[in-house]
Amino acid sequence: MIALLIVLIPLLGGIFSFGTRANKKAADLVFMLFTAGLLTLTLLGLTIFNDPTLYRFSAPWLSSLGSSFSLLLDPLAKVLCLLTALVYFLLALYMNGKSVQKPAAFYGWLLLAQAGMMGVFLATDGLLFYFCWELALIPMYFLSSIWGGARRIAVTFKFFIYTFLGSVLMLAGLIYLQSQTPDQSFALSALLKVKLSTAQQSWLLWLFLPAFAIKLPLFPFHTWQPDTYEEAPTPVTAVLSAVMVKMGVLGLLRWLLPFFPLAAYQWGDVIMGLAVGGIVYASLIAWRQDDLKRLVAYSSIAHIGLMGAAAFAANLASLQGLCFQLFAHGINILGMWLVVDVIERNLGTRKISELGGLASHSPALTFFTIIIALANIALPLTNGFVGELLMFTGLLATKSNFAWVLTVTAGLGIILSAVYTLGMIRSVFFGESNAVTSRPINLSIQEQLVLIVIVVMILVFGIYPQPMLDVTAGYTDQLFRQIDISYLFRKF
Amino acid sequence: MQDIFQLAYWIPLLPLLGALLNGLGRNHLNRTLSGLVGSATVLGSFVLSLLIFFQVKAGQSGVVHYFDFIRVGSFSIPFAFQIDALSSLFLLIITGVGFLIHVYSTAYMHHEEPAHFARYFAYLNLFVFSMLLLVLGSNYVILFMGWEGVGLCSYLLIGYWFKNPAYTAAANKAFIMNRIGDLAFLVALFWIITKSGVVGFQEFFAFVQQHQFTDRFTATDITVITVLFFIGATGKSAQLPLYTWLPDAMAGPTPVSALIHAATMVTAGIYLIARSNMLYSLAPHTLHLISWVGLMTALLAASIAVAQNDIKKVLAYSTVSQLGFMFLALGTGAYAAAVFHVMTHAFFKALLFLGSGSVIHAMGGEQDIRNMGGLSKKLRVTYITFLIGCIAIAGVPPFSGFFSKDAILLSVFLHSPIQYALALLAALLTAFYMFRLLFLTFSGRFRGTQEQLHHLHESPLAMTLPLVVLAVLSIVGGWVGIPAALVPDAEALHHFLSPVIPVLTHAVSHETEYALMALSTGLVLVMIGAAWMRYRNYQPGTPANAFINLLENKWYVDELYQKIIVQPFYVLAGWLRAIVEAKGIDGLVNGVGRAVQYSARQLRLVQSGQVGLYVLLMVLSMAIMLLIQFFIRK
Repeated sequence: MIALLIVLIPLLGGIFSFGTRANKKAADLVFMLFTAGLLTLTLLGLTIFNDPTLYRFSAPWLSSLGSSFSLLLDPLAKVLCLLTALVYFLLALYMNGKSVQKPAAFYGWLLLAQAGMMGVFLATDGLLFYFCWELALIPMYFLSSIWGGARRIAVTFKFFIYTFLGSVLMLAGLIYLQSQTPDQSFALSALLKVKLSTAQQSWLLWLFLPAFAIKLPLFPFHTWQPDTYEEAPTPVTAVLSAVMVKMGVLGLLRWLLPFFPLAAYQWGDVIMGLAVGGIVYASLIAWRQDDLKRLVAYSSIAHIGLMGAAAFAANLASLQGLCFQLFAHGINILGMWLVVDVIERNLGTRKISELGGLASHSPALTFFTIIIALANIALPLTNGFVGELLMFTGLLATKSNFAWVLTVTAGLGIILSAVYTLGMIRSVFFGESNAVTSRPINLSIQEQLVLIVIVVMILVFGIYPQPMLDVTAGYTDQLFRQIDISYLFRKF
Repeated sequence: MQDIFQLAYWIPLLPLLGALLNGLGRNHLNRTLSGLVGSATVLGSFVLSLLIFFQVKAGQSGVVHYFDFIRVGSFSIPFAFQIDALSSLFLLIITGVGFLIHVYSTAYMHHEEPAHFARYFAYLNLFVFSMLLLVLGSNYVILFMGWEGVGLCSYLLIGYWFKNPAYTAAANKAFIMNRIGDLAFLVALFWIITKSGVVGFQEFFAFVQQHQFTDRFTATDITVITVLFFIGATGKSAQLPLYTWLPDAMAGPTPVSALIHAATMVTAGIYLIARSNMLYSLAPHTLHLISWVGLMTALLAASIAVAQNDIKKVLAYSTVSQLGFMFLALGTGAYAAAVFHVMTHAFFKALLFLGSGSVIHAMGGEQDIRNMGGLSKKLRVTYITFLIGCIAIAGVPPFSGFFSKDAILLSVFLHSPIQYALALLAALLTAFYMFRLLFLTFSGRFRGTQEQLHHLHESPLAMTLPLVVLAVLSIVGGWVGIPAALVPDAEALHHFLSPVIPVLTHAVSHETEYALMALSTGLVLVMIGAAWMRYRNYQPGTPANAFINLLENKWYVDELYQKIIVQPFYVLAGWLRAIVEAKGIDGLVNGVGRAVQYSARQLRLVQSGQVGLYVLLMVLSMAIMLLIQFFIRK
């Protein structure tokens, strides 16, 4: 029941929001109420009502195609739903009172996207998964193309076509898998039972992988991302990068690795190589960006690269680290985007070369930004460190002859992230202030509240991460048994 | 009496609370309160550290477990503190010297605005917290938390005057060079976890003991881990090739240079290797490497220090050089001697830096020693304490530096005569440049402006008192390590450390020891004499030769790094951005898109080309499909 509500609430909220017309106050209120409601429900669902029967929902749906409307709130979904609900609530708090064109539609599309993403996280039916996958994409298309920057039409078109192309290939793969099940079912459990040769696994893997690799995005499928992040309005960018990219990770963990473990092992070196190479590549490019949004975008590609590699490293440490990082990365990058948005709204520019010396007149913003930046470079005692520590450990322990090469290459990202992040801090916040930056930025109560929540989460999960790790411990253990190559051979 | 150990968490927690109080309340606290909070919390830690020290001295030690930081499957990283001889000694140095420097700072930073004054103390307290975490951690992960934490505080404090671009550049340089070392540290850490599945010192050393040189833990593993940890140490402790950040770090306020960039943080690398001495004793090749890197760093930095004219730069290169000595000691297996030198160096180098701060304070910000001279009459306390510091670092008996340097030189002598000769040379250079600094600053005629002369004054009590305390420690601090050749029942420090660091037994006659001591002392006195001849009545305008220029420009190492590392990467990044990304990958994607669009144009009579319309149709058709399904079923 909870699983169904998690999808239904934002769906209803979206429809409701469209009904508020152009009244900003009403739209704000609806957005706030529905996101707060969903967050409350998710939190309650994870704590008080932790009855497994509530986590499952199934209803008949397109039964002629062997599909059903099945949802399951498993530990991975718990982490992602909680993250999504939290990010949306913080966004609602942040956006409260800020001007937006056509607020009713803006919030409406945002909530519909949330419903779609929740569906992706919860679906245990192949067709439903695909359906939600597309459903989440469509609102994003409208949000970017209506509310975006100057180049929005061309950029959004590319984004849409690119991701759509990937998912069509995935649909083909899903249909093939369904045809191999004895009772022509799209159910996840049935699809998992399909016996596949290594060769079959191999080409199926390449049908599925593009959809997820584009969504993440993994190098070299990433070029839509900096453009889209730059052109989309910042709250939308925040949703895209904090939550939506996690659809790609979930895809890898739930819809790819358990299906094709042998192919994943076979292609592991190649895919991890691309992911890890992407870390260095994106970090170097981030170093040479002048637009704050593009810098954060490339920094995100670098972080995601490590997460992609960790998925294919396929051991307990890397998977646990990945699950932790799903949440931590979402919180941290949300913080980054909000800081960028605050700067742009107040000073009218996000060009690094036009900024400088913000620390003199805006000490509060500087304080928040530095802590978020430290989490971004994975300093110990921030939440960024925990996931990276485990993922790196997993990467070195992975069953590959190149494990140490991969680890050291990925490790260059540790150095480079300090180079571009501290470089940005220095250029934007330190030095003498200029005509643009001598106007002090006074954070509103809502903005302060949101940034405080983010900073507190950064520190709390950085100092005491175990509760979060416990949430996914059982899940990753089971996943590990499904995909680890030595377990598989023991079985055969 | 384990009770006091249970309270150990208060040692780092107190400065952390101080940092929070000062950081969050910076707009509400006045200077007196900020200084009080900052100093009192560190004093509290010092008192606790003393209590713990006496427990350890009485033979207690142990690991205090608080909670599991990370637990994955059977692998766990506990948040636990290790209390033993090595950590308790470092606790005393950090909190003791740290407290004195906090007190000194209350006067030195007094011209800062209250909010910035509080920010300064917040950073300084946060540093003490991180450093305490570093030495208290019972495993490599907790150690690494402190390790990165001190790096962060160093970054924040170097760039404390954030309006000056040169200072923030120095801050970034320090952090990034440290990060290069940190990567090596991390890979070593991952290597340990992958091989052994444990991270605790005791557990890991037990694992190594059991499996050394077998398939589970080969000689290669030992070499890789020890070398990587050493690379990490070269970053934090400013050794070749990663030392160039430390002289630039002098951009920070002078008390910061004393605490972080002389007495404590930069010794973290020595702590790491001393802590892992069991591992290093199995890796003779790594030790050989360490001894040479340390020796070369000691020589190189000493040669640069001879030609520097900024009072803080001389001290900075002197620090790099002294750290080189400590690594040399580690490399010859004399871990306890290295720790001994860490301690004495903390006393006299903190003293010298604080003394230089007092001079800079009196001179109104002037740091060029060519514009000083004759200060001994006006700054009596500063002069006498500075003189004591110089004698101590030069290694004249019975001052502290003599005993620790003697212990190192003896170990090197037994190890390799060539290295001994070079180390002695570095020691002599030390005596020379330190007394050059002393004479240029305090002797001869005053060479500054009239206005500076008018303002010359001795510093307030809050600054001179720490100087006096440190001066006393610089004299007597070495007596805990007097060699057995001189007094019976000696080497107290070595015995104290023996549970952590096995005692070396020298097969060397007392006569040889006497001869070595006499040789080094005699030559040091000659060098002091030479400096006196040359610099007691310094006249500006002496032309410099090419070699001195080369030294003054620090062998152009910074310029070399800029040319061969930073620039190429910067250009590469620009090339990736402008060419590979824009024209290559994105060009390919757009090319495919354009080809598709071209063919689509042929079909455009059928299709409108509006994505919005497609999407709308898709949603509608899906919705209709759904509805039909539901109705058909019912």
